[in-house]
Amino acid sequence: MNRIGVYRVAFQTIVTKEILRFVRIWVQTVLPPAITMALYFVIFGKLIGAQIGDMEGFRYIDFIVPGLILMSVISNSYANVVSSFYSSKFQHNIEELLIAPLPNFIILAGYVAGGVARGVVVGVTVTLVSLFFTDLEVHSYGVTFAVFVLTSVLFSTAGFINAVYANSFDDISIVPTFVLTPLTYLGGVFYSIGMLPPLWQAVSLANPVLYMVNAFRYGLLGFSDIALWQAFTIIVGFIVALGAYAMWLLKRGIGIKS
Amino acid sequence: MKALSLHKLHKVYRNGHEALCGIDLDVDEGDFFALLGPNGAGKSTAIGIVSSLVNKTSGTVEVFGHDLDRDPGGVKACIGLVPQEFNFNQFEPVVEIVVNQAGYYGIPRREGYRRAEASLRQLELWDRRDVQARELSGGMKRRLMIARALVHRPRLLILDEPTAGVDIEIRRSMWDFLRETNAGGTTIILTTHYLEEAESLCRNIAIINRGRIAERARMNELLRRLHAETFLLDVRDEITELDPIPGFEVRLIDSTTIEACVTREYGIGRLIAALHRQGIEVLSLRNKQNRLEQLFIDMVRSGGAQKGLAP
Repeated sequence: MNRIGVYRVAFQTIVTKEILRFVRIWVQTVLPPAITMALYFVIFGKLIGAQIGDMEGFRYIDFIVPGLILMSVISNSYANVVSSFYSSKFQHNIEELLIAPLPNFIILAGYVAGGVARGVVVGVTVTLVSLFFTDLEVHSYGVTFAVFVLTSVLFSTAGFINAVYANSFDDISIVPTFVLTPLTYLGGVFYSIGMLPPLWQAVSLANPVLYMVNAFRYGLLGFSDIALWQAFTIIVGFIVALGAYAMWLLKRGIGIKS
Repeated sequence: MKALSLHKLHKVYRNGHEALCGIDLDVDEGDFFALLGPNGAGKSTAIGIVSSLVNKTSGTVEVFGHDLDRDPGGVKACIGLVPQEFNFNQFEPVVEIVVNQAGYYGIPRREGYRRAEASLRQLELWDRRDVQARELSGGMKRRLMIARALVHRPRLLILDEPTAGVDIEIRRSMWDFLRETNAGGTTIILTTHYLEEAESLCRNIAIINRGRIAERARMNELLRRLHAETFLLDVRDEITELDPIPGFEVRLIDSTTIEACVTREYGIGRLIAALHRQGIEVLSLRNKQNRLEQLFIDMVRSGGAQKGLAP
């Protein structure tokens, strides 16, 4: 078998292993976000949303659905890679990959693809749950799909970097708790930044999650606070930067080799 | 052809510890080679570098002519590794661990499964193929790591203390398996603290101590250098007293056992003859200590010099 064939089989093996891992424990990986989002839809969408009324011309529940779907994609893509790769470090079975004749990009791509797979499964599940609360109409399938996948790639890569540096199970929960959650909540999931004073609008523009949420909202509702080209530039820029950094970490063996 | 060639291999860890001080080592293709040394001598570091788990500081590594710096993929494809610690996912089924490892080497799933079945059957693990690895006994886990290391049919198998914590019966069956594997053409490098294991299996040996190669020789050549051996002799009739025997250090352990230190100069035959003259009939004899163990301890204590050994 030629080198490309070897890489293809190895990539498929990593992805299959990663998918089986989260499917085997679906009660811990797929069910909780579905329940959490159902609660968000009930409380913020139905109960509180009914008091809020319309936002930017949309019912409040329709306005927040894109952000909530993307929030679950972000957190699950991240969580899948950070927990899986760190567990591999912890149990030393990462050595199975390090001794195999694989280039680093196959290892990274395999784990990221596993994270994207979980992001997609959870995203689709949450979307199905949302149909109980709202009539979802997709404005642009292309934009919706692109933002969905690219965001998942971005946060899977970020999770990989976190796992490389992590030295304990505590280390893999610090970033989601203290960085991801605040960024997501302040990323325009529940409000339009047009509601904010000019100063806070400017501050909000420094939050990369804002661009993803708005691009995804454009894909579903046809409305965004941000220009689409800006959003895609930011997302792709982050993917390239984080991907390059992850490759550098693998090349140096930081966190995984002595 | 050289299966492994290390040249001026040097490793300094981030904490400043110099684990390898520029070692040179060659292992021939087809050899069964022992790499021995006390804890912390640098064995696992050397193995880690060869198998790409540890970054070297300087020096070169070649495996079957593939240079680790220029062609890491070529080096890795040649090597199968059985590490000292269990390093598989404890929550995965046994067969999945082996099939996945095959996949990492580009072996399609169906072929990987076929190979996994063959090696798991050979190592008597096939019946346990669907259980999670954490449910296996220590000996089974060791055998699983061997099955996994061999699934891509490596030309060089590196075993880092493969029988640690394994009972003697399973250890013997693993020895037979490794002998067969070596006879099939696979070069094997073994590190172990069971020196009778190295003596029984290996044809060549290197002793590493404090990051340096203290000795590199053929096993039988090295054993010939042993200047003196201590034997325990079982005698037929009970004795209460033992007369001194010129040229030998002898003492009575109990009424039917004599301990004797025998130098190469005098030999065991003369001792038995001398005892016979005292009316003592020897029924059987055995080494008090494994011969390689005796050499190893002498070398390590003397920091690699040949103290206690014949020139």
